[in-house]
Amino acid sequence: MARVRREIRFLLNGRRIALANVQPECTLLDFLRLECRLTGTKEGCAEGDCGACTVLVGRLDETGLVYEGVNACIRFLASLDGCHVVTVEHLKRADGTLHPVQQALVDHHGSQCGFCTPGFVMSLYALAMRTPHPSTTEIEKALQGNLCRCTGYESIVRAARAISAYGDLRDDPLAAEREAVTAELTAMRDGARVEIGEGRARLVIPANVDDLAEVLGAEPHATLVAGATDVGLWVTKFMRDIAPVVFIGGLSQLRTVREEDGVLTIGAGVSYTQAMPHLAARIPALGPLFERIGGEQVRNQGTIGGNIANGSPIGDTPPPLIALGARLTLRHGETRRTIPLEDFFIDYGKQDRRPGEFVEAVHVPLPSADARFAAWKVSKRRDEDITAVLGAFHLRIADDGTVAMARIAYGGMAATPKRARAVEEALVGKPWTPATVEEALSAYERDFTPISDMRASAEYRMLAAKNLLKRFFLETSGGGPLQVTRHEAA
Amino acid sequence: MTTHEARDIARSRIAGGAGAAHRHDSAHKHVTGEAIYIDDMAEPAGTLHAYLGLSTVACGTMRAMDLKQVEEAPGVVAVLTAKDVPGVNDISPAGLHDEPIFPEKRVEFFGQPLFAVVAQTREAARRACRLAKIEYAEEPAIIDIAEARAGAARLVARPLQLSRGDATRAIAAAPHRLKGSMRAGGQDHFYLEGQIALAVPGEDGDVTVHSSTQHPSEVQHMVAHALGVPANAVTIEVRRMGGGFGGKETQANLFAVVAAIAARRTGRPVKLRPDRDDDMTATGKRHDFLIDYEVGFDDEGNILGVDLTYAARCGFSADLSGPVTDRALFHCDNAYYYPAVRAVSQPLYTNTVSNTAFRGFGGPQGMLGAERIIDEVAFALGKDPLEIRKRNFYGGAGRNVTPYHQEVEDNLLARIVAQAEESAGYAARRQAIAAFNEKSAIVKRGIALTPVKFGISFTATHFNQAGALVHVYTDGSVHLNHGGTEMGQGLYIKVAQVVAEEFQIDLDQVKITATTTGKVPNTSATAASSGSDLNGMAAQDAARQIKNRLIDFAAERHGVPREQIAFLPGRVRVGNQEIPFPELVREAYMARVQLSAAGFYKTPKIHWDREAGRGRPFYYFAYGAACTEVSIDTLTGEYVVERVDIVHETGRSLNPAIDLGQIEGGFVQGMGWLTTEELVWDEKGRLMTHAPSTYKIPLASDRPKVFNVTLADWAENAEPTIHRSKAVGEPPFMLAISVLHALSDAVASVAGHTICPRLDAPATPERVLMAVERLKREAAGKA
Repeated sequence: MARVRREIRFLLNGRRIALANVQPECTLLDFLRLECRLTGTKEGCAEGDCGACTVLVGRLDETGLVYEGVNACIRFLASLDGCHVVTVEHLKRADGTLHPVQQALVDHHGSQCGFCTPGFVMSLYALAMRTPHPSTTEIEKALQGNLCRCTGYESIVRAARAISAYGDLRDDPLAAEREAVTAELTAMRDGARVEIGEGRARLVIPANVDDLAEVLGAEPHATLVAGATDVGLWVTKFMRDIAPVVFIGGLSQLRTVREEDGVLTIGAGVSYTQAMPHLAARIPALGPLFERIGGEQVRNQGTIGGNIANGSPIGDTPPPLIALGARLTLRHGETRRTIPLEDFFIDYGKQDRRPGEFVEAVHVPLPSADARFAAWKVSKRRDEDITAVLGAFHLRIADDGTVAMARIAYGGMAATPKRARAVEEALVGKPWTPATVEEALSAYERDFTPISDMRASAEYRMLAAKNLLKRFFLETSGGGPLQVTRHEAA
Repeated sequence: MTTHEARDIARSRIAGGAGAAHRHDSAHKHVTGEAIYIDDMAEPAGTLHAYLGLSTVACGTMRAMDLKQVEEAPGVVAVLTAKDVPGVNDISPAGLHDEPIFPEKRVEFFGQPLFAVVAQTREAARRACRLAKIEYAEEPAIIDIAEARAGAARLVARPLQLSRGDATRAIAAAPHRLKGSMRAGGQDHFYLEGQIALAVPGEDGDVTVHSSTQHPSEVQHMVAHALGVPANAVTIEVRRMGGGFGGKETQANLFAVVAAIAARRTGRPVKLRPDRDDDMTATGKRHDFLIDYEVGFDDEGNILGVDLTYAARCGFSADLSGPVTDRALFHCDNAYYYPAVRAVSQPLYTNTVSNTAFRGFGGPQGMLGAERIIDEVAFALGKDPLEIRKRNFYGGAGRNVTPYHQEVEDNLLARIVAQAEESAGYAARRQAIAAFNEKSAIVKRGIALTPVKFGISFTATHFNQAGALVHVYTDGSVHLNHGGTEMGQGLYIKVAQVVAEEFQIDLDQVKITATTTGKVPNTSATAASSGSDLNGMAAQDAARQIKNRLIDFAAERHGVPREQIAFLPGRVRVGNQEIPFPELVREAYMARVQLSAAGFYKTPKIHWDREAGRGRPFYYFAYGAACTEVSIDTLTGEYVVERVDIVHETGRSLNPAIDLGQIEGGFVQGMGWLTTEELVWDEKGRLMTHAPSTYKIPLASDRPKVFNVTLADWAENAEPTIHRSKAVGEPPFMLAISVLHALSDAVASVAGHTICPRLDAPATPERVLMAVERLKREAAGKA
């Protein structure tokens, strides 16, 4: 068994913090506001949607120290072991000089009521660090997770465009202390398992993946938390007791992406942000889709493994992965089994995950060169919304023009992410023509009986689902734009 | 803000006077997180936390309320119900006694606060709330407008009727007639800072409440009544809100009152802040409306008569529903002259949360009816809706009277709309769009240019008054206080600019202070776009009183006639000499001149006879026009706003930077209302869209791709308002109606613009797609 440490350690605005008494459900936001009295970080929604609580979290990955914006409201404090938390209070210089991001917002009248502003500052700071001269598209993407009710955003975007004119971020606080922080965070990596508290107050941070297997073997009903973009709400909204909690977001072995023999294997702890460049490079249709999952903060925290493991019928990754024929590796102790992803989803809220088992990786076969693949999400609001309907299409046309293979999967149309098998059957072996598509539309009723809820009516879901197949067909036949576009191609 | 470095007293202008595009007074604190909102305040020692227990049925009576487990939960200090209200158990702002703090028996909407828990921590109070066991005798609930007005519709307020001429006859005699109805959805305010109050008990039963409210005086009255103490025992203070938009005009009352009762009961400070979901469930929203219309018109598209009914879902109590539905009627004309008109309101009782003020205050819904009528006429005649709009504008002999018999005296419609049309390149783009749609099978474009004429003043005449308090200290620095509240709209900075201008001192010499009922009493809500009109004038009045005393003093001391005394930047010219302002102030102090003044203002000219439906409810009108182009996807109904061109007039703007922000922000907020912000109740009356995960306000990526805003600076207010500026809080909100009509135009293209899409609001992608499908079907049926 790994060595055990009884406290979490992290940096907060460059200052070392060690906590031996951490409740598993304690959020970073409550810690900042209630314990540290750092009240610049605001609570707007407590569900990771408004971004008023955005802070930066720096962590060491294979490329070095990386800072990402996250929602402090749904980030559990204990998950910050080994990280550097940066709040808005860290930006202004001791002499009172505002940070370039801050000064740009002031000069461009980017705040009105000001409540959302610290969150915008942090999101723009994260953007400025990685992209000193962002395009409007990049700015909009960076701000997908920040709501402002006053300004209409125009002034904020004007400010964002101007940040680089206010100074060089190479001599800003985080740049100046970069080496020291890296050294401190490196020193914190002691390879120990963290265990704090008992019973309802118990939390564990395994030392590594093998240790995780061991921990879960001993505590098979523990709640696994990776990005907490889902579990966070169980606590903040439903006040559920989730202990014992096992935090796996920091396990670097789960955060790997590798390609082998035409299969992309994504570790269960890989965030959307981390997966995006790999997926977009190999399966271009997934780029624009991933850009519409949550906001930047949620993509930085949330994991594909978690999106799958929680089994939501409206998760955005399962339908395209099912259409691609992905497989899932589940691990229990030293035992692993790999199953087709679609078989993992049994029913609403019911997945094929046994006590003590955890999702280790998802294996995504890359579509063959002659295959066509597309995935589209339909939601009430373009960005940072939960899917009404999501359709993923994977098709191969034989030389004779008939459909040789079809894998079609939908989200939002059933109690689980689900393949449209009747539709597939109606297509396979038939010529890829409007008539075939038209005929296949009648198969949808055999596959799906969607529900009506606050996101969409059953009628709309069915119609949009069918129309996505039409769009997929039209994509191959040209004739004007087929979608409205916000973001020009990245 | 006071600095003591030497200033160049020979300067020709002060820094930050009236008309300067000065940054928001708190901008530098917003960006650093140093601006203190109520939840950020250092809590007094011993502060307790309250939380509200909400009903889980929409309609019925409580048979039994078992709070034993709640009381025994860890950390709980007190539990409060209706019987724990020391004074009057009512917070009806309309004075109708129809809104209990906590109901005794009767539950009237899902999410109604029934009790409060006071505990050591907010978490403990919140958890304890869930342990309540309440037995209800549930009754069928009236949720939707259509249900509510079936049969003997129960109203929460007296309806209004406006009429001029004989509408029935005019419509009957018209060459063309048509009728229809439209639904306009409600809207949650989604202020980023939720409702919050911190009550601190004092001696003699006094209490000070820090409340995130737009209406401190009303909170004061409510707290006093609830505690059974005189108003002078209660002080309400608010430095800033994290957004209001009308949602903290009356809705802050409950939170302040409960915190105050809890503070009285426990003798300790008590803070109450609901979670976002509870905030959205338990507080009122913009009214949704069902609008029935009938219009008679001629071959050219001249409207001859209209008959309109505005039915509103008001919720279980009156709140502000009376004035809101009144204002809907006041804007049933928008910019158009109706030769004969009849318009009635139906403020309907429903078992939903009591709807309330929201930017525009019924005006936006009123205008939607007018614009729908324009669309109907245009489609019926096969004409461009803009042509029908222009044809029916107010203007010309005998075409200047509104349905409420006020003359439109300052009509800027033609000029504003012409400028918008020109700058947007409307005609050329309409052609280009038609050409695009011809070629594009799936994506369709649409364009619309809509005007706004919005009446400025509270329609309750007595609210149109304001007070201010100005002190000049002996170092020449100035302390400013007034009855208006700061919710982000820049009121504080505008009023400070007015005072700086008056004294001719730099803006940073004026200290902006928190609004408090202890300094300026009996104030009106900061609402109806009136903040700077009223408080700017009151502050100017206060400053002028002091100035006059300084002039009198200087004239006497230096033996010069008053006319030879002038306030120049940083100094005062007294005859042949120039005295630095602080020096003159010091001299005046030594001579025992009073350097403090309370200012007052009341809006002139206005009057309103509600029974007769006649008067001049508005001091003036604010005008604007917006041209919007959209693209829609006819396979999914998704859309983007491609370009928006706005021309909006603000008179002589007190602060063009602030006003630009109000226009851009108001437009996008209005766009949200009409597009993705959808409130959904289930059949049980539960609000299903009670958090940002389900209720979708616009994001940065929803704002227009191209967004051109022009402040029409050629107009000054025809009325002598503060520096001839115009109110700007609400009017731009309604410019977003152009988005709905652009979407409608795009939808109409699938049927060759021969069928009116009758697109209801909010035009979600679903509504757009369903409208597309319907038009395709109807067009196929016609063919």
